[in-house]
Amino acid sequence: MSASTLRIALVGNPNCGKTALFNLLTGGRQKVANYAGVTVERKEGRFTAPSGRVLQILDLPGTYSLDANSPDEMITRDVCAGNYPGEAVPDLIVCVADATNLRLHLRFVLEVKRLGRPVVLALNMMDTARQRGIVIDVPELQRRLGLPVVETVAVKRGGAQALIERVDGEVPAAAPVQPDDAASRADLHAQVRELLAATLTMPRATAAIDDTLDRWALHPVFGLAILAVVMFLVFQAVYSIGKPMTDAIADGFDWMGGHAATLMPAGPLQSLVTDGLFGGLGTVLGFLPEILVLFLFIIVLEESGYLPRAAFLLDRLMLSVGLTGRSFIPLLSSFACAIPGIMGTRSITDPRDRLTTILIAPLMTCSARLPVYALLIGAFIPIRYVFGVFNLQGVVLFTLYLAGILGAMLVGWVMKHIRRDKSEHALMMELPSYRVPKLRDVAIGLYERGMIFLKRLTGVILGLTVLMWFLSTFPGAPEGATRPAIEYSFAGYIGRGLQYIFAPIGFNWQISLALIPAFAARETAVAALATVYLVGGEAAGGLGHALAGQISLASALSLLVWFAYAPQCMSTLAIIKRETDSWRNVAISFGYMFVMAYTASFIVYQVARALA
Amino acid sequence: MRLSELPKGAPAVVDRVHDAHAADPIAQRLRDLGFVDGEPVRVVAVGPMGGDPVLIQIGFTRFALRKAEASRVSVRSEAAA
Ligand SMILES: Nc1nc2c(ncn2[C@@H]2O[C@H](COP(=O)(O)OP(=O)(O)OP(=O)(O)O)[C@@H](O)[C@H]2O)c(=O)[nH]1
Ligand SMILES: [Mg+2]
Repeated sequence: MSASTLRIALVGNPNCGKTALFNLLTGGRQKVANYAGVTVERKEGRFTAPSGRVLQILDLPGTYSLDANSPDEMITRDVCAGNYPGEAVPDLIVCVADATNLRLHLRFVLEVKRLGRPVVLALNMMDTARQRGIVIDVPELQRRLGLPVVETVAVKRGGAQALIERVDGEVPAAAPVQPDDAASRADLHAQVRELLAATLTMPRATAAIDDTLDRWALHPVFGLAILAVVMFLVFQAVYSIGKPMTDAIADGFDWMGGHAATLMPAGPLQSLVTDGLFGGLGTVLGFLPEILVLFLFIIVLEESGYLPRAAFLLDRLMLSVGLTGRSFIPLLSSFACAIPGIMGTRSITDPRDRLTTILIAPLMTCSARLPVYALLIGAFIPIRYVFGVFNLQGVVLFTLYLAGILGAMLVGWVMKHIRRDKSEHALMMELPSYRVPKLRDVAIGLYERGMIFLKRLTGVILGLTVLMWFLSTFPGAPEGATRPAIEYSFAGYIGRGLQYIFAPIGFNWQISLALIPAFAARETAVAALATVYLVGGEAAGGLGHALAGQISLASALSLLVWFAYAPQCMSTLAIIKRETDSWRNVAISFGYMFVMAYTASFIVYQVARALA
Repeated sequence: MRLSELPKGAPAVVDRVHDAHAADPIAQRLRDLGFVDGEPVRVVAVGPMGGDPVLIQIGFTRFALRKAEASRVSVRSEAAA
């Protein structure tokens, strides 16, 4: 069978729908979003065509030209040229072009054609093109290009039918290889103009709705106001919608834990189930609604096309701290998790800009920190309305996110000055058409996020929680012990050892201990605290309640600030190593964040204590 | 006139892209994006801080360019074309 496997590469300009097409063909779930530079690595999938032939499909990063100038574009260039390590030249190139943007996209088609490989052109987004009254004379285009041309709608079921039929047939003949030099490149534009004049009727260069929306969204005053409102709404919603659900889940787990306890004999096993599983994991699971609300907003924003507009508005600000508007989107992805954010920096052309972005991305508040924030805010910050509309808890959450952003700006600014960087940083960013997110895509996106969270919960977080339970339970108290049993456990000793480091910033031994598993996955801090307090028998009425009785407001604030800045999560450090191929950058990243977190927490703790 | 000096909304056409230094990758990319002789351009919006970056409509596409990038492109007003 493998003899008849056909290897197909999807290439094209950024944001033309390659990944959407890849997902439609292979049933994959790769990330699709409405901005340039979503896909930054090569992804492989396969499907069986009606003829029984197996088609292996490669999804590649978008690029404006095969003359690559950022790491993601180089991947596409190398795969097309057959220079990618471990990857033979594809049998067939499917060049994807956005039918509403042919002036730009056809030039790349011509550039790909000159490689002298078999090429099929997929005119994607035909649904939008038709809506806008764009008429393309496909037979004429096909004749003039000398390539098979098919129409596709990558976001509709069956929208790739014509493409499947075409690639399942005979592989088209390749055009002759043509040299690539300055003169022939200029020539490509002339050819595109001729093609368009002969085959395209375009009532309007842009969509009228885009022009109208941009008049507001990019307005110097209203634009910034809209941006501020959008950001603020997200954090308000996380609290107003997510919190009630979290409370309901926590109550549910308390009830189940209580029931489970009655079914089991008292002893270590009962403690593992009630304190470790229901108490520890249940507490973390309770924060799923908040995380989903956050992701709902991120997914809708990503698909709407608003994000590059936000980047446009903030570009100047980013430049002043040594970043580029292009850093905006990787940094925004880091609010979900720093790992895709750091990978997303591959679309940044300038290597220094890229490194700065990688180093500050972990300061963006990732969703794994949300349970910790939500727990502490819920326990220490009263529900009160500021100016009658803003929930004080939401305001504090917003402030913490802001603290991360300001910290990142400070670090960027310092790095810029250390390097005495006066060189030029390029932007050149395309603003896509606005799109209304499809309910189904949003639902799938949320489901995926939810599953990732549950997998972490049942994997690493479960493992660490059981370990924490073990450490807090054994060894038991000796005969005639006077203090609580947990103080004689491993956990008690380790925690008190760590306290030498963390007492100046107000952490008790339980918190100090919880910082260790948090290094593997931040949410585990919540599970670990719950377990330690439950085993210690001090968590009646829920973890929040226990914390409020055990630690001062100053310590709580200090812990919040610690989580905003601390170097955590080994996976992030591992990805920094992979993306920059340097242990030095890992060390810098860990070191500066530790110093920053410790200093900030120290100041907050001491000031809050002085004021209390 | 340079594209960076073009007032918002004024129609113009591209003259050419100038290399800021030898083998300037930014200039080459601008050419690939369609900044070539005779192509109509327009400034659609300017950034809120210091009018930088600028949003350029070229062909059917909108690109955000920093002033340093836009100043590589010389343009002429449509009437003169
Ligand atoms: N209306 C419509 N939208 C589409 C179609 N194909 C893709 N889209 C949308 O276009 C945007 C870009 O899609 P992607 O598949 O991420 O584009 P890509 O080419 O992989 O982009 P990069 O990975 O950044 O190069 C998303 O918002 C999709 O929902 C289509 O046929 N019709
Ligand atoms: Mg993609």
